Amino acid sequence: MLDSFILPVCRVSAPLILAALGGMWCERSGVIQIGLEGFMLVGSFFGAVYALNTSNPYIGLLMAGVAGMVLSSLYGMVVLRYRANQIVSGTAINLFAMGIPPFFSKIWFDSTGSTPPIPTAAQFQIAPLWITLALVALSAWAYHSSRFGLRLRFAGEHPDALQSAGVSISWKRWQGILISGFLAGLAGGTLSTYLSSSFIRNMSAGRGFIALAAVILGKWKPIPTVLACLLFGVTEIAQIRLQGVVLWGAEPVPVQWIQILPYLITIIVLAGAVGRSESPKALGNS
Amino acid sequence: MNRMMKASLKSIAGVLLGLTLALIVCHFAGESPWKVLKVLFQSSFGSGYDFGMTLFYAAPLFLTGLAVSIPIRAGLFNVGGEGQLLIGALAAAYAGVVGKNIASPVAAVLFATAFAFVAGGIWGLIPGILKAKRGSHEVITTIMMNFIAAGLSSYVTLYLIKDPESSQAETMLLPEAFHLKPFEKFAGAPMGWLIFVLIALVFVIHYWMWNSVRGYELKAVGENEKAAETYGISKQSAWMFAMFMAGGMAGLVGVVEVLGNAHRFKLGFSADYGFVGIAVALLARGNILGIIPSALLFGILQKGSASLDLETDKVTRDLSYIIQGLIILGVVAEGLFEWRKKAKNA
Repeated sequence: MLDSFILPVCRVSAPLILAALGGMWCERSGVIQIGLEGFMLVGSFFGAVYALNTSNPYIGLLMAGVAGMVLSSLYGMVVLRYRANQIVSGTAINLFAMGIPPFFSKIWFDSTGSTPPIPTAAQFQIAPLWITLALVALSAWAYHSSRFGLRLRFAGEHPDALQSAGVSISWKRWQGILISGFLAGLAGGTLSTYLSSSFIRNMSAGRGFIALAAVILGKWKPIPTVLACLLFGVTEIAQIRLQGVVLWGAEPVPVQWIQILPYLITIIVLAGAVGRSESPKALGNS
Repeated sequence: MNRMMKASLKSIAGVLLGLTLALIVCHFAGESPWKVLKVLFQSSFGSGYDFGMTLFYAAPLFLTGLAVSIPIRAGLFNVGGEGQLLIGALAAAYAGVVGKNIASPVAAVLFATAFAFVAGGIWGLIPGILKAKRGSHEVITTIMMNFIAAGLSSYVTLYLIKDPESSQAETMLLPEAFHLKPFEKFAGAPMGWLIFVLIALVFVIHYWMWNSVRGYELKAVGENEKAAETYGISKQSAWMFAMFMAGGMAGLVGVVEVLGNAHRFKLGFSADYGFVGIAVALLARGNILGIIPSALLFGILQKGSASLDLETDKVTRDLSYIIQGLIILGVVAEGLFEWRKKAKNA
């Protein structure tokens, strides 16, 4: 049970959890974050590149986070400084990000969007799970009990109150965006250095959007968000396990039905069938 | 007119900014920017075939551009074009299976077109209903609908109407009556009269938006929900209608691809048309007629960059993503005030 189910679920959930925590912080500060997918994609690419070059997965993971953060600073500049529409800019960031790995992989590896395999010595065994756990604990604590968390949440809930207290709203939102970039970048890094052994084309494959769905499902709160990620992790593993398995009738269950489950659940939740999901009040109003 | 001039100048500035940045990036990659420009240009206009392919890439963008521009008038941001076009294309392929006995080409094409429009429309209507009745954010629901459409189309293709003789993930070949004829001048590029029909469609939608009661209601709701309601305009019905039309427009991509090109539904046929449609609509700044030059520009980018793989040493076709992303950022970051007004609730 542990080896065949719980561990795989934790493994596939870890990137979702990291990205979702990032998304939660960003949206809590009042900035819509569609760009998680793009941050994850560049993170997974640069994570693989640095793990390859340094033969050290930790440096790879760190650089994955940095890469996500660099891209998120472009997003921050456009939406906070130039006040561009957040959804549009997030979409643009995702498009832009899709071009980055092929661009560098062509120059560095003469390939159209993948890296050579990372040697086993430069791959993670289990560490990303502990890192994820630590970051979950840190996030939950910071969200509920730190001054930092309180202020950041005020930026998304009552920005005026924050301003009267003499705290810069825009700085809090910058922090939210950069945290989301770093965490989503880390999430991408775990994809290439932990869940598999190289970067492949379009590696994030929609996980950034699943993470975003988990934030909404988790009502923008850390622990429920993590639980939502675990739920999506279970469906991902179930999808692999149920391939070719006959549950009822004579035919195996089509994997596509299980594939669409997370998205279906999110829509049902958004439709208000399972309790209202209240977004931060000032979300998107910058 | 003056306002329109100003808006188009800003769009052109955004395009130039994005393109320049992308070419600078090429320079640092060790590739001559001039060469990249030349390849982009030659590969999209160099021959009849090239030009036909450019139009073929632009054609779906007219439709997905409309799929974003119509709801944006009503204050909604439709990110679901990709899912809506998949469902529309699937429906067009399905129409060929259901209507395989239709002999008249006109009837067959109209039949499949109606299928594609209605199916895409329904796929768009679902987020519209959720928004109107339950207040669910349309951006998130349309993103989710995209993934559901991907799963559903893969299921229908592989399980329900798969071509038993093909080893590819594709549906059965449509009967002859459903095939649209391309121009011979295009030497094999799958585009014919359809391109003129699509351009006419953009004009029709433009006229409709400015001269019909429905169009007026959409704009009223998009400009000021409360004022519109005071005048007795139902924002719920405007939203649902806008999303149905948007989905229908995206669904018509099925006509371009299934009737005009592959004559069947192939998994993964879409070159992110739904997402590029967002860029097309943004570049047009919500102006319906602006979609025409904007879609053509992105068609050129798409076709032109396809040759970068072969013609250059250091950059690949994926450069088009970088250019597209930078163009959108250039346009929105520079023209922020107009967009904030229209997409405030998006």
